[in-house]
Amino acid sequence: MALLDVQDLAVSFVTRNGTNKAVDGVSFSVELGKITAIIGESGSGKSVACYSLLGLVPMPPGRIDGGRALFEGRDLLQLEESELRKIRGRDIAMIFQDPMTCLNPYMTIGKQLMEPLVYHHHVKKEQARARALELLAEVGIRDPESTIDDFPHQFSGGMRQRVMIAMALINEPKLLIADEPTTALDVTIQAQILKLIAELQEKRDIGVIFISHDLAVVADIADQIVVMKQGQIVETGNRESIFHNAQHPYTKKLLAAIPTDSKQARGGVAEPLIQVRDLCTWFSQDKGKEPVKAVNKVSFDINRGEVLGLVGESGSGKSTIGRSILRLVPVTSGEVLFDGTDLTALEGRDLKAMRRRMQMIFQDPFASLNPRMTVYDTLAEPLLLHGIENRATVGKGVLKLMDDVGLARAFVRKYPHEFSGGQRQRIAIGRALATRPEFIVADEPVSALDVTIQAQILDLMQQLGREYGLTMLFVSHDLAVVRHLADRILVLYKGEVVEQGSGDDLFEHPQQPYTRQLLTSIPGRSLLA
Amino acid sequence: MNTQTINDIAQAEQGTSLWKDAWLRLRKNHLAVFGLVTLVLFIVIALLTPWIAPYSYQAQNLELGASPPSAAHWLGTDIFGRDLMTQIMYGGRISLAVGFVATTVALLIGVTWGAVAGYVGGRADAVMMRLVDILYALPFMIFIVLLTVVFGRNMLLLFLAIGAVEWLTMARIMRGQVQSLRQQEFVEAAISLGLSPATLIRRHLVPNALGPIIVYTTLTIPNVMLLEAFLSFLGLGIQPPQTSWGLLISYGAETMEEYPWLLIFPGLALTLTLFSLNFLGDGLRDALDVRGAKD
Repeated sequence: MALLDVQDLAVSFVTRNGTNKAVDGVSFSVELGKITAIIGESGSGKSVACYSLLGLVPMPPGRIDGGRALFEGRDLLQLEESELRKIRGRDIAMIFQDPMTCLNPYMTIGKQLMEPLVYHHHVKKEQARARALELLAEVGIRDPESTIDDFPHQFSGGMRQRVMIAMALINEPKLLIADEPTTALDVTIQAQILKLIAELQEKRDIGVIFISHDLAVVADIADQIVVMKQGQIVETGNRESIFHNAQHPYTKKLLAAIPTDSKQARGGVAEPLIQVRDLCTWFSQDKGKEPVKAVNKVSFDINRGEVLGLVGESGSGKSTIGRSILRLVPVTSGEVLFDGTDLTALEGRDLKAMRRRMQMIFQDPFASLNPRMTVYDTLAEPLLLHGIENRATVGKGVLKLMDDVGLARAFVRKYPHEFSGGQRQRIAIGRALATRPEFIVADEPVSALDVTIQAQILDLMQQLGREYGLTMLFVSHDLAVVRHLADRILVLYKGEVVEQGSGDDLFEHPQQPYTRQLLTSIPGRSLLA
Repeated sequence: MNTQTINDIAQAEQGTSLWKDAWLRLRKNHLAVFGLVTLVLFIVIALLTPWIAPYSYQAQNLELGASPPSAAHWLGTDIFGRDLMTQIMYGGRISLAVGFVATTVALLIGVTWGAVAGYVGGRADAVMMRLVDILYALPFMIFIVLLTVVFGRNMLLLFLAIGAVEWLTMARIMRGQVQSLRQQEFVEAAISLGLSPATLIRRHLVPNALGPIIVYTTLTIPNVMLLEAFLSFLGLGIQPPQTSWGLLISYGAETMEEYPWLLIFPGLALTLTLFSLNFLGDGLRDALDVRGAKD
């Protein structure tokens, strides 16, 4: 018998603008000792479906319209709040995307781990501490004896997620709901956490619901996969059938969005547009402390028309390199030659003239657009600033840019908050292209987007790159995406280049142990083979 | 070029500025429009007072003394038999001028100072903000008395003195706003477009920091008006026979029991102005917040 059996669950949100069916007739089940993955893009209702089972959807505006959710023979949807509270945390535990916001920053993790034992189960303090140590060791925290009295900020993102998992496990739950637990983590850390969840599930024989927007992430661990779109299930199946025999067009689209190929090498003469020589960007700390060497003695060339991929985990300095080239952060030493001109020496008018020739596309399309400027204002600003269009012709120039990046002209008067993430990134790309630059730094331009939107934006960037004859520095933590797009790849580790080469070279014959580790961390690598 | 394209371009060129959109939204807010109309009315009356006031400014009628509202004196007269409506109109000239001029001074200095300090950061920021701290620490009364002693007593000085005190808080608010905005990627995007710092502050930072600034401004204007009354009461500001709302109210308060209209009418004028300012301020804040707007 299934541990959790959800039948025809329907949840809607009643707002002033009408009723929105967030979950519409969803059925799935979770078995003990199995992982059920729920996949869907933002707004597909995947989280709402799970939260509503535990009474975690605020009502109103939320409303459960119908359905059953049998957990060990009891219907969760019919339980009183007081009974649900007993189940929550004890029989069903949750872990979330961002462990930092779920931990109390003013309490040591040991105290936070022991709290439920001491207060709810009246376990003696010493016993609780012993149990906490045991769990920390189980989730792979090294040397728990010395770290148990540390505060959350003293842990890295991956370690915090391990602590969260330990907290979820402390009451020996039968069902663990993991909501995008690895989305905020680096690819190598993500691989470790995925492995940990799979191991724990097997060892403890518990059921797991793994919510994610990314099919590739669950490719290696899920037993059962449920694909959701707009509140409904479009396809359910085991891992084999979903990955090798998908029926529904949407599932196929999701699968197709996982980049698996490598870009074909391009011919032609290599003529460097950008030459970076011994670039150092250090950030000074308090007096007496060593500066943080975000970028340390990095040298490379980018040839005209080439896409150079820059990969590394967070803190590797990959974003700082892009910003150093564009003079957005002060460079400590070294040279950046752009078409023979040293950018690090430019000031004032000369710098402004060079800025026209190089632009940036940012990671977060929510933060990179001025919330109080319409699409028109955002796109017109660079056109007017650099005298590309005058007052009389700027309207035409704005519409041309909107056409280029695939935005409907009717949106010209809208503000950023009225757009989806993908549309905003199109606006940001339009702004970067407005000055007709030769060189673009794209800093994780798709990592904040849903998978299918990612594929669209990447296609758009490739197409525009050809049309505008762009040279590009593509910064990403996602190796698969970089391989798909880049002519050459640079692997960065702790501010230094550890390896470089074409996509195929790196993927098939990685020289450095760090590159190898990165490669084995790519989610869904079984699909690449 | 086909007609569709021409239409699109025409629409795009119609201008899509934040201010125009804000104005359209403000017009739909009845309370804000009421506030705006009342304020404009008061300002127009204040400007035209010398020509439209029912009585002369100095005209006394000692025989009449304090009289309640009547056909000849709509709002009554004070103990010297001076027409109260005339007094309120002349008082409004001073009070509104102090309120708006001093606040505008405070706004201009404060916003610029705070924005520059917040944007430039580092040592310049430290120096600029320490200066603000020092001025904060100066006792306000001593500052005013010193100014009056050195420069003598005049209206302009009063405006400047009040403005010079009120901008400090404005600068702090603005600096905080700009510091948090500066971390956002759209500012980096603007830098990489090649915008000069001045344009960047004006076009990208100030509009995004306006919400708290507008609210604080609507709080500053009444504050300034009361400050003027306080200074005048101490003999450092406006002196009779010149008058202001603050002075009228303070005299009215003394004779509240015998002649309540001397307190009620000037009080009403001040209250109405403050209400209008608050309605307008709230309306402006909402109108400028494009995110809160419902189409």
